[in-house]
Amino acid sequence: MPRRTDIDSVLVIGSGPIVIGQACEFDYSGTQACRVLRAEGLRVILVNSNPATIMTDPDIADATYVEPITPEFVEKVIALERPDALLATLGGQTALNTAVALHDRGVLERFGVELIGASIDAIERGENRESFKKIVEEIGGETARSAICHSMDDCLAAVQDLGYPVVVRPSFTMGGAGSGMAFDEEDLRRIAGAGLDASPTTEVLLEESILGWKEYELEVMRDRADNVVIVCSIENIDPMGVHTGDSVTVAPAMTLTDREYQVMRDQAIAVIRAVGVDTGGCNIQFAVNPDDGRLIIIEMNPRVSRSSALASKATGFPIAKIAAKVALGYTLDEIPNDITGETPASFEPTLDYVVVKAPRFAFEKFPAADSTLTTHMKSVGEAMAIGRNFAEALQKALRSLEKSDGALDFVSSPGDADDLVEKVRRPYDGRLRDVVAALRAGASVDELYEATRIDPWFLDQLLLLTEVADEVAAVPQLTPEVLREAKRHGFSDAQLAALRGTSAEVIRGVRHALGIRPVYKTVDTCAAEFAARTPYHYSSYDEETEVRPREREAVIILGSGPNRIGQGIEFDYSCVHAAMALHEAGYETVMVNCNPETVSTDYDTSDRLYFEPLTLEDVLEVVDAERQAGPVAGVIVQLGGQTPLGLAEALAEAGVPIVGTSPAAIDLAEDRGSFGQVLADAGLPAPKHGTARSFEQAREIAADIGYPVLVRPSYVLGGRGMEIVYDDATLADYIGRATQASPEHPVLVDRFLDDAVEIDVDALFDGDELYLGGVMEHIEEAGIHSGDSACALPPTTLGHDELGRIRTSTEAIARGVGVRGLLNVQYALAGDVLYVLEANPRASRTVPFVSKATGVPLAKAAARVMLGTTIASLRDEGLLPATGDAVDLPADSPVAVKEAVMPFNRFRTPDGRTVDTLLGPEMRSTGEVMGIDELFGTAFAKSQAAAFGELPTSGTVFVSLANRDKRHMIFPVKRLADLGFTILATSGTAEVLRRNGVEAEVVRKRWVGHEPDGTPTIIGRILAGDVDLIINTPSGTTTGGSPRADGYEIRRAAIQGGIPCITTTQGLAAAVQGIEALRAESVGVRSLQSWARR
Amino acid sequence: MTTRPPALLVLEDGRAFRGRSYGAAGETFGEAVFATGMTGYQETLTDPSYHRQVVVQTAPHIGNTGVNDDDPESGRIWVAGYVVRDPARRPSSWRSRRGLDEELTAQGVVGISDIDTRALTRHLRERGAMRVGISTVETDAEALRRKVLDSPEMLGADLAAEVSTPSPYVVPAEGERRFTVVALDLGIKTMTPRRMAERGIEVHVLPATATVDDVLGLRPDGLFLSNGPGDPATADGPVGVVQAALERALPFFGICFGNQVFGRALGFGTYKLGYGHRGINQPVQDRSTGKVEVTAHNHGFAVEAPLDRATDTPYGTAEVSHVCLNDDVVEGLALRDRTGRLSGFSVQYHPEAAAGPHDAAYLFDRFADVMSAAKES
Repeated sequence: MPRRTDIDSVLVIGSGPIVIGQACEFDYSGTQACRVLRAEGLRVILVNSNPATIMTDPDIADATYVEPITPEFVEKVIALERPDALLATLGGQTALNTAVALHDRGVLERFGVELIGASIDAIERGENRESFKKIVEEIGGETARSAICHSMDDCLAAVQDLGYPVVVRPSFTMGGAGSGMAFDEEDLRRIAGAGLDASPTTEVLLEESILGWKEYELEVMRDRADNVVIVCSIENIDPMGVHTGDSVTVAPAMTLTDREYQVMRDQAIAVIRAVGVDTGGCNIQFAVNPDDGRLIIIEMNPRVSRSSALASKATGFPIAKIAAKVALGYTLDEIPNDITGETPASFEPTLDYVVVKAPRFAFEKFPAADSTLTTHMKSVGEAMAIGRNFAEALQKALRSLEKSDGALDFVSSPGDADDLVEKVRRPYDGRLRDVVAALRAGASVDELYEATRIDPWFLDQLLLLTEVADEVAAVPQLTPEVLREAKRHGFSDAQLAALRGTSAEVIRGVRHALGIRPVYKTVDTCAAEFAARTPYHYSSYDEETEVRPREREAVIILGSGPNRIGQGIEFDYSCVHAAMALHEAGYETVMVNCNPETVSTDYDTSDRLYFEPLTLEDVLEVVDAERQAGPVAGVIVQLGGQTPLGLAEALAEAGVPIVGTSPAAIDLAEDRGSFGQVLADAGLPAPKHGTARSFEQAREIAADIGYPVLVRPSYVLGGRGMEIVYDDATLADYIGRATQASPEHPVLVDRFLDDAVEIDVDALFDGDELYLGGVMEHIEEAGIHSGDSACALPPTTLGHDELGRIRTSTEAIARGVGVRGLLNVQYALAGDVLYVLEANPRASRTVPFVSKATGVPLAKAAARVMLGTTIASLRDEGLLPATGDAVDLPADSPVAVKEAVMPFNRFRTPDGRTVDTLLGPEMRSTGEVMGIDELFGTAFAKSQAAAFGELPTSGTVFVSLANRDKRHMIFPVKRLADLGFTILATSGTAEVLRRNGVEAEVVRKRWVGHEPDGTPTIIGRILAGDVDLIINTPSGTTTGGSPRADGYEIRRAAIQGGIPCITTTQGLAAAVQGIEALRAESVGVRSLQSWARR
Repeated sequence: MTTRPPALLVLEDGRAFRGRSYGAAGETFGEAVFATGMTGYQETLTDPSYHRQVVVQTAPHIGNTGVNDDDPESGRIWVAGYVVRDPARRPSSWRSRRGLDEELTAQGVVGISDIDTRALTRHLRERGAMRVGISTVETDAEALRRKVLDSPEMLGADLAAEVSTPSPYVVPAEGERRFTVVALDLGIKTMTPRRMAERGIEVHVLPATATVDDVLGLRPDGLFLSNGPGDPATADGPVGVVQAALERALPFFGICFGNQVFGRALGFGTYKLGYGHRGINQPVQDRSTGKVEVTAHNHGFAVEAPLDRATDTPYGTAEVSHVCLNDDVVEGLALRDRTGRLSGFSVQYHPEAAAGPHDAAYLFDRFADVMSAAKES
């Protein structure tokens, strides 16, 4: 069947900011879809509020709306663009929910927009638990016994029947938000209560516990001729009870016979047909009772998911791309398999390797959070690895996590076997390490199976690893046979070095001398049945390599590894841009990365892809393989964040050419002493600071500088371990913890500039000319991590003189450090002094935001500059503007506001309470959105709508402020009162307001329970939805990272109630401007292409 | 750690791989073929079509679910040798009775593990299926190669009689008996008569050497020809049986080798594929509906028939009904009588699907329909 001819334009909805449960996999899928649709000659209209995505690059769609993904804003886009069709199955749950809302509001019907991919009916059937259960029964499948509940009474009645423990799952939430396991009534009231709140349909499902069963997923694809194929099977190592996003997973399934697998396959196909997903991809989850094989269907997602991104990378079958094609009417047999070029897409990939995915958590950022893994997803990213056996893939995946405690430990004293067996009953990040420890301590596979319900086959594989490790440790000399056996099971040089009591360099030397090197195999979808033409490689210690020789000079780009807080999609964005720009410039681009969610690991992005861990060993081997294949110009380390940057020096020492800023220059910028000299030479002021290697030193420095001081370990990203301390006691406490966090590097102590305006600059330097890419003014004060702070571009309050000083200072730093490529500088403007806080000679998190806001592809230009092209010639080429830069933006440039999105609602303390939501110097946001419009107020309002939900334009505001903030908030709160808002305030705040002519209703400061007269407290009122906006700035001081408790209850209620909560005075001022903008006019939408034409 | 003794694999063109012994110790020879299924090793090992073949599993982990007594497709392991990368040490399945290593050893099957199976597979893909030897006794590659070159080739091999049942047996219909079918066992798999029995068909399984009279004497409603090993060009006996049945308008259904015999009976030739189709992920299109089935394949030979036109035969009009979308190989034949009614059909792939997807199970219904229609007229 050829493609439909009745569709000329398609609206694609993205997934918005990166949050837990919805990350860059939807940029990968959305980008693929947009490319397919455009290649088919359709007009593509895109809505996505996330500027850090490739899909929002202006050349991916015809009209790109970086606008909030809310029904209101998407309706405006539809009214303006009048698309024929809407494709909502590639933008995660956000897009799907928005499509359903647009349908419910009659918008799709009113504008004649056809939903393609999955119909509303199919979405309802797949997502509504009751109807889905019915469908499963109809096709002869089984579901867990369950009950649908719409109230707490329903829940209590149902559990009489089902018995504890029960699983609670709210309908229509993503990443399992609001779900959990209830072991008793108290649990049930808490979890189901939150679940009913979280579900847009106030609906939760209670079901029998299938905790500990084997868990599987199938990725299914269907076309409109009803051809169905299974793309991939995935088996979770962590059994039922742990969200699949938090599980270590394996593809293909390892412990099913063909009979069981085929029953699962039949049911999956029957389900997609019965649900009626006409075209596209689905994900179906199963549980298998390990004792008797009873098979239960857990759920289906009638859309592309995180697992489908994983399945695409694991098999080479591009699910989103094919989903877009079948949505247009093609049948699978009409679509070629890109990898073989000859066979069609109507087949099922078969693997001759093993893929392991491991989750990356960020519990260190939320010390108060409970680290137990549940059905509620908590990981912030993932790494994938491919090996020729499970052991190799697992070990590669774990070292890809880049955590000091990521890889398995075969050396430390394991501890007591019985204690360990008890410990691993609870699932948590790092459990596999402890399972290995238990095996080393003498626990049996059977004991561990009983404790963990991890399949004995996997446990035996771990046992095999301990046996290999024991042999490595025991042999008198490392023979080629033993070394080869260890490498074949994925042991890194570092692990072997630990076992042999030597260094990784020595092991590498021995290994190379013996000629024991990895070979590179190809992901080809067909287990070598057909020749592959796509060079998508992975390493293995096997016999034959498949890397082909090449003529053109190659540039190797090191990606950024698994998403984590502080290093995510923004860095992938820059890497992808480098690949595009350098391919265009005639280089052969080679990408090395291990994050399955990203665009960079799409086999289409670079000329060659190596799906490999980003460790020195793995990267050196890739470089070596590519050097044997042809000339290599060098390796790019400055675009992927701290991960590749951290390898720069060692790579250079190993003789690998680093293009762009040299490792020596990188080191210069990172080293406090030498960087201080650069600043001194240029006459640039920096806050007083010192470098301490002991507490005594730190105390002396702090005494000299004066408290408060900002302390942090050196060489970190995302403000890891950064705190503001106010006295010696908290300093001592901090040093104790921080030196553990980063043992090899000293602690930096800086003067903390209270009340300064923080400024972020991204610039490009070619050795001669500086191109100032963007100057961003932070909305929150200094002390809030730049990644968590909202910012505006162009800066809203800086004048020409200040911008001039910023340019001169940035150029002096670039020259002094010796930058070739990108440079990010953070300044603080305090009084009239422009302090240099820090400079990073690499791509920053803000590069994509700057590129979107100014329409200049900064990362592309940077890649070219790194390889020797001058800024002047890039201006001639048209890649950069012919004249000027961000300092002299035209007066009518739009204002772009970036806002950070926080994951607080994902974490609970062990007693079930929400973790605190305060911002601080340690970054905790997972993603960002952009609002863009004529004026700051409107742009800010859009950014808030995109990040948290629309700011209220009327209603009730609750204000509770720290003393030091009261002066700053009188004017904005008065303005809110003038706009007609009802003001509630705590007594102190209310008194200040009253003296300044603002009437406020006084509420008690003790929040819990009821007022003496029986009326609800402020917490009750917030939860009841009587409050529309909360303004709460914290009082007290930071002590040892524990949250400032005052106001915690309020902020917690705000999270639970989903009510906007402003925690800084600057944020309040911006919000008032936003509210005024919303009230003054109807806010419009405008595409990036249209802004650029202006 | 227990390490198994070394083993050597040598192809007839001299390429050698050194690994470890898996299964029985000793020496074995056969035609090297690769199978790409990720599940179903037990069904593969016991499939008589693999008689005299050394199977290379492209999936690296084999033996994970052990061996059970339900899944074998015949009474024994047929493969001549077995090549895997990473054998399971400890099987895990609630149905498992013993380990695969143990089973291979018990049945005297010589295998090799810990070799680069992908390199071997790529070699076979580029150079074609060829003879191979595996040995745990010979350590000299050249010496083993000489023995390989002395071993028989697959082209021209008549093997059906070697795998066929020595005496007839009956698989009774489940529930009410609707039809009686004679199945010629050229290497039949357990699941095939079971799929027919599920549809009310009583299956009389006869040895490959059965004559036309043996068949007709049972007064069947239809004739079935199974899969099996060897070169279809040697199967003159079964071809004669099929032709005689077609002359009497007896409804016919053939699978795999049965498809090739049917092709020959209709006057088409057969040929050896470069490296064959052996997997459970193969896209086959039903040319009458355009629908694609994901199917299980195990064939090294194929029928040579025109894709672009029907062919007149003494028994009616024959056409290619199914084709493999990967390489346009003929995957099915349909024969229509003078009135245009379907009277016989066959497929090159495995609708009984053991191992493999169940997409093509409808073909057994189609066989029942053809017999039903023939009965009515």
